[in-house]
Amino acid sequence: MKAIYNYIKEILQGIWTLLTGMRVTAKYFFTPWKHVTQQYPENRDTLKIADRFRGEVIMPHNENNEHKCTGCGICEINCPNGSIEIITKTLVNEEGKKKRAIDQHIYHLGMCTFCNLCIKACPTGAIVMGQRFEHAVWDRTLLTKVLNQPGSKIMEGVKE
Amino acid sequence: MDELKEVMITNDEIRTDEYLINMGPQHPSTHGVLRLLVQLEGEIVHNVQPHIGYIHSGIEKMAESLSYPQLGHLTDRMDYLSAIQNTEAVALCVENALQVEVPERVKYIRTIMAELSRLASHQLWWCVMGMDMGALTTFFYGLRDREDILDIFEETCGARLTLNYNIPGGVMFDIHPNFQRDVKAFIQKFKTKLPEYERLLSGNVIFTERTKGVAYLTKEDAIAWGVTGPTARASGFACDLRKHRPYSAYDKVQFKEILSDVGDTYTRYQVRMAEMWESISIIEQLIDNIPEGDHAVKMKGVVKLPEGEFYQRVETARGEFGVFIVSDGKKNPYRVKFRSPGFSNLFAINHIAKGWKIADLVAIMSTFDLVIPDIDR
Ligand code: SF4
Ligand code: SF4
Repeated sequence: MKAIYNYIKEILQGIWTLLTGMRVTAKYFFTPWKHVTQQYPENRDTLKIADRFRGEVIMPHNENNEHKCTGCGICEINCPNGSIEIITKTLVNEEGKKKRAIDQHIYHLGMCTFCNLCIKACPTGAIVMGQRFEHAVWDRTLLTKVLNQPGSKIMEGVKE
Repeated sequence: MDELKEVMITNDEIRTDEYLINMGPQHPSTHGVLRLLVQLEGEIVHNVQPHIGYIHSGIEKMAESLSYPQLGHLTDRMDYLSAIQNTEAVALCVENALQVEVPERVKYIRTIMAELSRLASHQLWWCVMGMDMGALTTFFYGLRDREDILDIFEETCGARLTLNYNIPGGVMFDIHPNFQRDVKAFIQKFKTKLPEYERLLSGNVIFTERTKGVAYLTKEDAIAWGVTGPTARASGFACDLRKHRPYSAYDKVQFKEILSDVGDTYTRYQVRMAEMWESISIIEQLIDNIPEGDHAVKMKGVVKLPEGEFYQRVETARGEFGVFIVSDGKKNPYRVKFRSPGFSNLFAINHIAKGWKIADLVAIMSTFDLVIPDIDR
């Protein structure tokens, strides 16, 4: 008798635990408007990405097409996986003095691990992290970028 | 020698009524590329032999060519769910070697971040555990709450998974102005969600039938196999480094080390659930008391460790994670060895899964909370 009682009790208890769980899911099922997730590709205009989000390395230029990069190569040394290549050139100013300047700041987005070490190391703050995160392209050569814009030069007064 | 024989399966030793079956490397419940060679009689497991190496990335070798500040970002990629704690171990190890004292503020931030990351990891473990047992709903609920933590990470650390936040000498960024507000809001919200987790899965009759009394791990075996973390604490092995070897700000907070001496699959589940409450309490104790100060001390451009051997261990969400650095005084380490919790835990599976059904093996793997890159680094 006791065994049968226990048997039935176990079944009922089992059903009860299932109902307890279903009460949780039912709460969400009947109030869907409270729990809508993001409608991602559609909400691009309103999407807010955190300011510190590390999407890609960029080099900001001002309106005169000037940047702050001196071509010192410290970012290249600090990058753990060789995502940055610095190619420098030598400029000769009016007084005939030679000066090193950046020719191409090459950035391999496909290799970058977004560790922020290059940005932390840059003495002039020439590079920062951009928030763009949609990096899919059809050809991987497009992931190699030159960060300094063509024809750009260094800002007045930026020293190594 | 007998011990070794126990784990090596060869074809001649298979009885005619036994199968040799590969579980993985592409099995959904192995959570990555782990291959288990299972010797079965019908449904009963006779032997499990883990095969690793499918995603071996050579992180230890790679580390030899990196400088110390660069080392951290690689450990992010080992146990990616405990990225904060892994980088913390590297940072602490380098700081100890250089005898650098970090500001109090850094210690508090590191502790809060570590506990947030433990919560996120346990949430993911919980939802995946449910999913392995056939309850897909838990997967959405767990990920929904984890999202809040990842948003907090994104705001302060700038990334969601591979954060590279702890660096030798401090943390990468100071906390975001909204950080304290957001964490408190999350804690408030999560406190109402955690009982929901319990209602949904913990009491569920199907779940308890499959986990209670299944696959015991004794305390002696846990110690003998080097099992650490919640898995070992469920067997009564007091191994919480936060308690016994406090680092960062863990000596300033009150929390219980969750211990149980049952050691079955269900206890391992319960210990992790209880740990989430402890993490919440640790965060609550610290979040309002973050001292003012710098978020990092100024380190030299080139960090060189003195000659010698340095070891630092921390408690990640899976157990004891250790960093062993041998330095010859140059800017790169001479040799780096990581002691990852998942690796030691994994090899106890053969020991406890014997005699149980193959479906139980899935549950056992879930409660061991395996992260494959952590095992196979
Ligand atoms: S980006 Fe900064 S660190 Fe890199 S070369 Fe230019 S100035 Fe130097
Ligand atoms: S973010 Fe890291 S990996 Fe990427 S370019 Fe900078 S240093 Fe290299």
